[in-house]
Amino acid sequence: MIESLLDYDVAIIGAGPAGLAAAIELKHQGVARVAVLERDAEAGGIPRHCGHPPFGMREYRRVLSGPAYARRNVERARAAGVELRLRHSVVALGEGGVIDAASPEGQVRIVAKRVLLATGARETPRSTRLISGDRPFGVINTGALQSYLYLERLKPFSRPLIVGSELVALSALLSCRRTGIKPVLMIEQAEKPLARWPLALFPRLCGVPFECSTRLESIEGRERVEAAWIRGSDEELRRIDCDGVLLTGRFVPESSLVRLSHLELDAGSGGPMIDQYGRCSDPAYFAAGNLLRPIETAGWSYREGRRIAALIARDLTDPLPRSHPGIRLQCLPPIRFCVPQRLVTPIGDGLAHLQLRTERPAKGILSVRGSAGVVWQRQVHLLPERRILIPLDRLRLAAGESGLTIELEENRERSR
Amino acid sequence: MPLKDTFLQRYDVAVIGAGVVGCAMARRFALEGARVVLLERGSDILAGASKANSAILHTGFDAPSGSLELECMQAGYREYLQIHTRFDLPLLRSGALVVAWSEEDEQRLPGILAQAHDNGVDDVSLIDRKRLRQLEPALAANARAAISVPGEHLIDPWSTPLAYLQQALAHDAKVLREAEVASGDFDGEWWRLSTARGTLMAREVINCAGLHGDRLEHRLLGRSSFTIHPRKGQFVVFDKAAARLIERIVLPVPSERTKGIVLTRTVYGNLLVGPTAEEQQERDHAALDQAVLQGLIAAAVERIPALAGVPVTAAYAGLRPATERKEYRIENYPDRHWISVGGIRSTGLTAALGIAQHVHRRYAERHRHSAVETPLWPKLPNLAEHRERDWQRPGYGEIVCHCELVTRREIDAAFASPLPPGDLGGLKRRTRVCMGRCQGFYCGARVAELSAGHFTRALAEPLVANRRGGSHGKDHADD
Repeated sequence: MIESLLDYDVAIIGAGPAGLAAAIELKHQGVARVAVLERDAEAGGIPRHCGHPPFGMREYRRVLSGPAYARRNVERARAAGVELRLRHSVVALGEGGVIDAASPEGQVRIVAKRVLLATGARETPRSTRLISGDRPFGVINTGALQSYLYLERLKPFSRPLIVGSELVALSALLSCRRTGIKPVLMIEQAEKPLARWPLALFPRLCGVPFECSTRLESIEGRERVEAAWIRGSDEELRRIDCDGVLLTGRFVPESSLVRLSHLELDAGSGGPMIDQYGRCSDPAYFAAGNLLRPIETAGWSYREGRRIAALIARDLTDPLPRSHPGIRLQCLPPIRFCVPQRLVTPIGDGLAHLQLRTERPAKGILSVRGSAGVVWQRQVHLLPERRILIPLDRLRLAAGESGLTIELEENRERSR
Repeated sequence: MPLKDTFLQRYDVAVIGAGVVGCAMARRFALEGARVVLLERGSDILAGASKANSAILHTGFDAPSGSLELECMQAGYREYLQIHTRFDLPLLRSGALVVAWSEEDEQRLPGILAQAHDNGVDDVSLIDRKRLRQLEPALAANARAAISVPGEHLIDPWSTPLAYLQQALAHDAKVLREAEVASGDFDGEWWRLSTARGTLMAREVINCAGLHGDRLEHRLLGRSSFTIHPRKGQFVVFDKAAARLIERIVLPVPSERTKGIVLTRTVYGNLLVGPTAEEQQERDHAALDQAVLQGLIAAAVERIPALAGVPVTAAYAGLRPATERKEYRIENYPDRHWISVGGIRSTGLTAALGIAQHVHRRYAERHRHSAVETPLWPKLPNLAEHRERDWQRPGYGEIVCHCELVTRREIDAAFASPLPPGDLGGLKRRTRVCMGRCQGFYCGARVAELSAGHFTRALAEPLVANRRGGSHGKDHADD
C-alpha cells in the first residue's frame, strides 16, 4: 500500500559519485526540488568502502581515501540543498517518471519531471561465473570484502586466492595488506595483467605471487573454502591451499530495475540504452555513471553525472531535441559496446564522446560507418581495460542517417 | 533396563533426520499425542536432500499407478491444500504443461493422459500447438503440443517443512541439531540412542535420514533393507526479469533416454531450470560443474529463446536419495520398534504429509496416544512474491538484502523464532537473504555482522587493527 506521494523536479536514484554530482549540479543550475533516493542508510556509494586513496584528485584537488571522498560528496550535496532520502529502495520504474520506493516509514510513490538513474555497477558473483565445485562460505567479491573490512570490521578469511587483475584487484590487494590478510596467490586468465603498467607490478611489490594465463577451475570445501583448483598455461591442474576465494572485477551495471521496467536495455553494455544526452528510451529517464557501462573511476562517474545533470536542467526549461527517431549505433566484435547507443541530430552539446570497450586485445583500424560510407576512422590499439573515445563532433554524418556501425578492421597479425 | 538409564530423557518417538519428511513426521506424531524428539546431524534443518528441489506441489498425474509413492503424494497434496492457509504458507496455482518438443514426445502424450486418468487426476487435457502458443507465447516454436495439468502448483520448499516442525514444537516436540546418532541399543521395549548431544530413550525410531538412511539402518539394526544411490541434480536460477516469461511449470515428456529438465517459476519470483540426474557415490557433497550448468542454460534458452542474455542469479546442486528401486522404501520392523522411510526423491516435498500419515498408521498398530484436540497453527513469515512481503509494510527498520528485499525485521524475527537458524544456509532459507542476484556483494558483510553470536561457527572474525599498515581505522576516525 502506498503511504505517501512525493513530487520533485528531478529524482535521482543512487547516492554514489554520479548521483551526488548530478544533484549538486542541478541545484547549482537553479532546479528547485531535487531528491536523491539511496537504499543504504548512508549516502556516498561504493567509495565509502574503498578505504584507500586515490580519490577526488580532480574534484577536490587533493588525494583522498574513498570514505573521505564519499563524505565530501555528501557534504557538498547537503550544502547545495539536495534532499537526501536514505533507506529508500526503488522497486519499480513507471512510465513518465513515476517511481515506487520502499522505505521503513512505508511505501512511497514519487512523481518526478525527470528521473536520473545512477545505480552504479557491481562485480560478477560466483554464481554468474558458473564456477565448478563446492559452494562453501568464503567466496566473495571485492565489494563484499571491503564492506566486511571497512563497514563491519570483520575478516571473512585470512589466506585467500585472488582471481582477476583489473584495477579493482589492486584495490583488493591494498585492502588485504592494510588488514593483515595474506593472499596466497593472484591469478589472471588473460596472458597479461589487465590493469595497466606500472600498476601491474603491484602484486609482486606486495609479496603476492602473480600468475597470468591461469584460470580458476573449481572450489573445494564443505563449510568454508579449503582449497581452489587452478590450471595454468602448462594445463596442469593444481590445488591451492587457501581459506577464501576473492573474485574481483568483471563488473556489470546494476541494471535490475531497468530490466524489470519498460526502458530499453543494451545487451552489450548491460545498462540502459541512452542517446548523447544521457536520455533513456522513455525521455523522462536519464542515466549516468557506471550503470551505463562497466566500469570507470569514481571521478569519471562524477563528471558524467554533472554533465548529464546540466542537460537535464536544460531539458526542464528548454526541451532537448526529440529523441525518436534517432541514429542507432551497432557494434561488431571485438567491440563489446558503445555508449551512447543512439544519437539524435543535430549532435549538439550532449556527451562529447562515444565510449567503447573491446572484449579482447586487438589492433587495427577502428571505423564508424554510415549509409554513405565511413564517417570516422583511426588506427587503434585496443585493450579490454582501456576506454576508447570517439569525439562526436568529428563524425561527418549524412543527412537522414538512421544507423551507424562501429567495426574494427584488424591488422593481419593479431596483437599481443 | 540399566539403572543409569532411568534418568535419561524419554520419548515415545525419535525421528531421525530433519528433512522435509522428518519435519512432517514430527508434526504428525506430535499432533497424534506422541512425545517426539527430532534428531538432526546438521547445524540446521533441511541441510540434506531437502535443501535443493524444484518446489512443485505435484498431483501425482505421472506417478506409477497403484504405488505407495502415488498414494503418499496424493494424500500429501490434499492435506497441504487443507492446511496451508492456517500456516499462512503460499500456494501459487500455476498449473503445468507437459510439453512435447519432438514427434517422439508428441506420440507419448496420449499415454501420459491415460496414466493421469488412471491416477484419478481428471482435469488434465491435451493441448494443440495453437492453444499452447496462446497460453505460453514465450516457448520456442518447436513446442508442438502439451498436456495441461492445472493441479500442479508451486509452494515454498523451505518455509513449508519449517511450518510443520514449528507446529510440532508448539505441541511439545523437541528438536536437537548437531545430534548425529552414533549408536543405539534396543532392549525389546526401548531404544537407547547415543547422539552427539547426549543419550536418550525412545520407544520407537522413525528413520527419515534420507541420504544416510541405509547406513543408519546398518548401524542400529545391523542390516539394511535398501541402498542409497545418491543422484545429483544441478539447477540454474535466472534473474527475476525472467519469471515473466512463463506462467506455467514446463515439464518434459519423460523418455527412456532422458528425463529432461523442468522450467518453472518459483514463489520467490525467479525462473528455475533443472535438475540434472547424475549418479554419484558421495553422499554429502554435491559439486557444481561448469559444463553441465552451461548445458542447462543452453537447454533453457532453446526452450525459451527470450532467456538469452538474461543473467543467472544462482546455481546450486543437491542430492536425491534414490535407491535401487523407484518406489518409496517404507519398511516396518514391528519387533524392533522401527520404521524406515527411504528412497524419497523429489516428490518428497509433496508426499511428506502423506508419508507421515502412512507411517503413523503403521505405528498406531502397536502404540496409541490421545491426539491433540485443538492444534496450534504457527504463522510463517511470507517470502512469496505474489503475496505481501515484509518490506511492503512500514516499520521494517532497514532493508538488509537489496536484491531480495529482505528486511532487518525479518532477520530479527528469524533469530527470535522458536527454531532460529543454526547456520547461514538456514538463515538464507528462512529469509532469502544473500539469495539474490548479487549473492552477497552488498549484504554479505552486514549479514555476517547481524548473525554474530547466533551461529555455532561464526562467519567472520573481528578485525584486529594491523599496526603497521593499519590506517583503515583512520578513515572512520576522522569523521
